[in-house]
Amino acid sequence: MNISRIGGVAAIAIVGAIALSSCAANEAPAGDSSSDAKTYSGTLNGIGSSAQGQAEITWGTGFQTANPDATVNYDPQGSGAGRTSFISGAADFAGSDAALKDEELSQTFAGCAADTKGIDLPVYISPIAIAYNVDGLKDLKLDAATIAGIFKGTITKWNDDAIASQNDGADLPDADIRVVHRSDDSGTTQNFTEYLAANAADVWDAAPSQTYPYTIGDAAKGTSGVADTTSQTANSITYIDESGAGDLSIAQLKVGDNYVKLTAEGASEVVANSPIADGREDNDLAIAIDRTYTSEKAYPLLLVSYMIVCQEYADADKAELVKGYASYVASEEGQKAAAEQAGSAPLSSDLAKKVADAIASIK
Amino acid sequence: MSAPTEAPPSAPDRAPAAEPAKRVVRIGDRIFSGSTVFAGSLILVVLAAVAIFLIVQSGPAFTANADEVPGPSEDFWSYVGPLVFGTVWAAFLALVLATPMAIGIALFISHYAPRKLAQGLGYVIDLLAAVPSVVFGLWGVLTLARFVQPFYQWLGDNLGWIPLFSGIVSGSGKTILTGAIVLAVMVLPIMTAVCREVFLQAPRLHEEAALALGATRSEMIRMAVLPFARSGIVSAIMLGLGRALGETLAIAMVLSPALVISPQLLTSQNPNTIAANIALQFAEATGKGVNILIATGLILFIITFVVNFVARAIVARRAAFSGAN
Repeated sequence: MNISRIGGVAAIAIVGAIALSSCAANEAPAGDSSSDAKTYSGTLNGIGSSAQGQAEITWGTGFQTANPDATVNYDPQGSGAGRTSFISGAADFAGSDAALKDEELSQTFAGCAADTKGIDLPVYISPIAIAYNVDGLKDLKLDAATIAGIFKGTITKWNDDAIASQNDGADLPDADIRVVHRSDDSGTTQNFTEYLAANAADVWDAAPSQTYPYTIGDAAKGTSGVADTTSQTANSITYIDESGAGDLSIAQLKVGDNYVKLTAEGASEVVANSPIADGREDNDLAIAIDRTYTSEKAYPLLLVSYMIVCQEYADADKAELVKGYASYVASEEGQKAAAEQAGSAPLSSDLAKKVADAIASIK
Repeated sequence: MSAPTEAPPSAPDRAPAAEPAKRVVRIGDRIFSGSTVFAGSLILVVLAAVAIFLIVQSGPAFTANADEVPGPSEDFWSYVGPLVFGTVWAAFLALVLATPMAIGIALFISHYAPRKLAQGLGYVIDLLAAVPSVVFGLWGVLTLARFVQPFYQWLGDNLGWIPLFSGIVSGSGKTILTGAIVLAVMVLPIMTAVCREVFLQAPRLHEEAALALGATRSEMIRMAVLPFARSGIVSAIMLGLGRALGETLAIAMVLSPALVISPQLLTSQNPNTIAANIALQFAEATGKGVNILIATGLILFIITFVVNFVARAIVARRAAFSGAN
């Protein structure tokens, strides 16, 4: 080994060191953090819902900017994997499209203090769009029974009477409806089927589930796969997290007697008017979404995703850090950042206060 | 994995028959033989550990009731049935497509191409084996599926009376045929490499004798090369089958799956493969759902085992009269 080769190795090492240290570029110095002077430090590991993925990145960046010594890692493996990892203590918090189930609450939570359980904090509300790709068709209007018929396969043509009667003057093609749905189990499918089961039970006879219940149409993996398949397939229709709908047209939903456009406020309003699920701990804010709530704007086809944390952590430092992070996530600032970056609907002020109280109770 | 190569019997049998007058035991020999024994037994331990994990974890799945099994299935067996069919069907289709290609490429490299071109082509084929399956998956779903869709439409319109091409043609092109094409491309390198090696070992004298008797080059290949290489081709197919059965990500991305047993090639409702189904559902699985997925993994493990045993049996039987030994 000669001198120049040593020099080469050294150069690589130096370049590597510079490159790696610049990883923290998103953690701009705190400088004048205005509100509370308290800063957090330590590392927080979260695992869970991929629907929350973009929002978690936004929150992590925002939190780390305010607290340069803190690191938040989020691994979007899926809600089920997130809850399992959280219960086993492998993750400090979980992101989940479903609240903890009863059988999960009866298990021992390894990361929490003895005899304490996890609690669900609703932090991410995402409207689900009925998106379609039909040339020249704009402002499609559908009621729940028609949507159920389309996605069950009993309505097979775009110019079917059931659709035409709701869309006077629309240019409906005489073409087969190509249904696109998720091939992987997902919280989006769960919430979509819950909505149909609640609003069109006589058509949609399958129980709500995260697996698509009928053998029909195309299946694609993940939100991006569904969006891609729909935009590539003529005369197709799908259900999709609104943030992933991209250029697809979005149908209006019949709620009560009116057709409602998908709006973030409409989704927030439904969640704000839904009760907290019964039979849970005081600070467990699992929401029993009222799928039949009606108002002028209400949009009840939505998904609520939770941040699942311990009521009491075994490690007090961890509890401090989780409190700090969760407070930021549920804050107006955090919710606004997620709305901009991930297209979610912000929490209503009422619910945000309940979440803040629950966070304050974490020990 | 356990490739059906002809593994030598374990080390002690290899001791020379004639006893030397005096044995000199060197420390280096001891360490060397010890480490090979360790490596040899480690693979058995790992295999046993995987088998035990699968059996223990899948236990609860076999008694799961209709509520616990995902989708409309009644019990575990009606859930896994379509998946077993899909796994075998997709692998079979891939081999039907890949085998003639592999033999053709290998023959071109071994007997037709100029030496320089043959070498270059060999490298290119080997490079295909280095491409990660997620890349094949992306290519399959973003490019291939769209490209073949009009052909599928044509097949469905004109040859729809053939059961294979019946049904409503998929609008996205994400069918099991597309999946099989992607799989075929993925298994091509290993199959081509094995075929090429076997063809190159065809006895020179046989080939020259055939040519001397007035055979054309293609007749020579049929008379002297292919019969000699038959067992090698079978083992190439089995190696390809092993890879096709276990391929996960490419299928998970390309296929539009449904829980059906259907041989139709062009519709949107395709039987899924076990490996792809695990990849798709594991992230959201909890409780017994995890056990059920692991149990499907156990079934795949058994299928792969059976395939390997059959492959070894075929190769062993053929080897006796192929002239390869």
